[in-house]
Amino acid sequence: MRERLTSLGRSHEARLAVIVLAIAAFFAVEAPGFPTLANLMDLLEGRAVLAILAAGLLVVLIAGGIDISCAAVAAVSQYLVALCLIRWTGNWALALLLAAGFGAALGAVNALLIHALKAPPVIVTIATMTFYFSMLIFLTKGVSLYDLPDWFTVKVSILGVPLPVAMAAAVLGATAFLLRRVSLGRQIFGLGGNPEAARRMGCNVAGLQVFIYGFSGAMAGLAGLVQAYRVEEVAPSALIGRELDVLAAVVLGGASLTGGRGTVGGTVLGIVLLAMLHNGLTLMGVSSYLFGSVTGLLILLSLAATSVSQGRPQKGGRHAG
Amino acid sequence: MQARDPGARRDPAASLLVGLIVVAVIAFGGLSPTRFFAPGTWRAMAFQLPELGILTLAMMIPLVSGGLNLAIIATANLCGLVMAAVLTRLIGVASPPGAVAGAIALALSAGLGAALLVGLLNGFMVSVLRVHPILVTLGTMILVNGISIAATHGGVIGGFPPAILLLGNGTVLGVPVSLLLFGLCAAGVGLLLARTPFGVGVRMVGSNERATRFSGVNTTRVLIGVYLSSSTLCWVAALVMIARFNSARAGYAESYLLITILAAVLGGVDPFGGFGRVRGVVLALCLLQVISTGFNLIGVNPRLSEAIWGATMVAALVIARIRVRWAGRLSSPDQASTLASPGGP
Repeated sequence: MRERLTSLGRSHEARLAVIVLAIAAFFAVEAPGFPTLANLMDLLEGRAVLAILAAGLLVVLIAGGIDISCAAVAAVSQYLVALCLIRWTGNWALALLLAAGFGAALGAVNALLIHALKAPPVIVTIATMTFYFSMLIFLTKGVSLYDLPDWFTVKVSILGVPLPVAMAAAVLGATAFLLRRVSLGRQIFGLGGNPEAARRMGCNVAGLQVFIYGFSGAMAGLAGLVQAYRVEEVAPSALIGRELDVLAAVVLGGASLTGGRGTVGGTVLGIVLLAMLHNGLTLMGVSSYLFGSVTGLLILLSLAATSVSQGRPQKGGRHAG
Repeated sequence: MQARDPGARRDPAASLLVGLIVVAVIAFGGLSPTRFFAPGTWRAMAFQLPELGILTLAMMIPLVSGGLNLAIIATANLCGLVMAAVLTRLIGVASPPGAVAGAIALALSAGLGAALLVGLLNGFMVSVLRVHPILVTLGTMILVNGISIAATHGGVIGGFPPAILLLGNGTVLGVPVSLLLFGLCAAGVGLLLARTPFGVGVRMVGSNERATRFSGVNTTRVLIGVYLSSSTLCWVAALVMIARFNSARAGYAESYLLITILAAVLGGVDPFGGFGRVRGVVLALCLLQVISTGFNLIGVNPRLSEAIWGATMVAALVIARIRVRWAGRLSSPDQASTLASPGGP
């Protein structure tokens, strides 16, 4: 028991949770209007799209890859789904299926390129991101779609929880289940930890990569759908540049770029931490112009703290030179 | 890579790029000969190239070292703002030439100082704390952008003395000053990477950092140098940018960030680190510029030319892959190892 407690105390998630609680307590005292259920739901709703994208990126990062194209995939599949719904109408089940399907297909392209070209995921996904976004803007001429079906835009909440938040919770829960309770999840960790060992253990690396990038794409498709639901329009350029926000949140949650590390809990804490900081500072009347510096500082400190606590600093580094 | 290795003369990546440029020039020349071969078109290209070019060089050095610098645009904008703030505060309408020169010198050193601070932070986190460069520079990008926005509230600082504007719009013997600056930077980076102990260190670190450290190279110093030189190039890019726009603002040129990576990799820089020549990068930049100007002339949306850039990139990777396969079959393991290393983000 004691061992479990100390290992818990040392984990990134535990430290992050303490920080989140401390900041929540601070804002609860200092910021009027912060500790209300309505504000909490607002705060979470604003980050739901980011959270769904983060679930996909987390899986890719654990597998030792990276997906810069997730926001572009979200934008493209969002537009495609909206076109389908406007032309042929449909229902929620169909919309979800289409969004996940388009996203998965676009995401799987990344895996095929990475596997066939033996190129680094970061380069391939930057190339596909550039291609997807610019083709989208070019083909749509940047025109937004407003005439979404009425059943799609009506605001639903489940037991007081807005639909986007419920959706994000479901997606994150499913991702946690995939990573922790399914043998596929163990293979994903294995691939990230040591690709060669995973291959020799009998993993189908190519198939696994198609699944991983397809999963990230499917999550991006769902995120795009939720974004369209929230703002009641589909603007081709709405998601441009969001990919690095997602990466920042996931990294803050403790995922590493070398693979094999990362949890859904940590990712959720990373997202909540950033959301709470912005929300609390706004309520305290702090200028929103300061958010960037605060976020950047937080990420750098978190990276430095993780590095120091893992004993990774190079011993020779300090006295050399 | 000796001074006269035989591979340098028949560099396949470079000849491929030259071929592609020729094809692009012939294609666009055929589609719209009067406009494409007009002197104005080439002048416009010469003025547009340096900005992306210098930023790509700033991306190239970290790439060769096996890293990445996502903070280049943010750093350039911060430098631009610092220089703009100093220039506009110290120079009035009636300032004597001596005061103007002093203010410019002060502005340039303040901008360089800001760049070096960011570079030092990146280098320290990458080399001493051993955090992945993508994460470090993502963090500094957000922080540096945040500082710029906090200081200016997203506003524009503008109105510079003619001596500064000359850098963006002036010409010497018909050649834009900014293009000359880019040429200087390219030559400098080329010499630095190919002919100096530091450059050898950078390429070694990019190939295998641990082996490099164990063979007695101070990798900490090399990596800090990588991010300092990258930042210094951002400062030069900032000079060209503020001179061209006659203003500075957080968020200028943000769309260039990921394009610089494409340009460098298209130019033959190994995305896994260790290899890369400035010549290839310059050729890749010329190719991208011809494509975007050409499409612009025949009335194609600039967005489509960006999509073509992305596709060109994938095509270049495909060609590189095929070449590696062939090289492998023709028993040249030396070349085969260039792009075939596994894994890594």
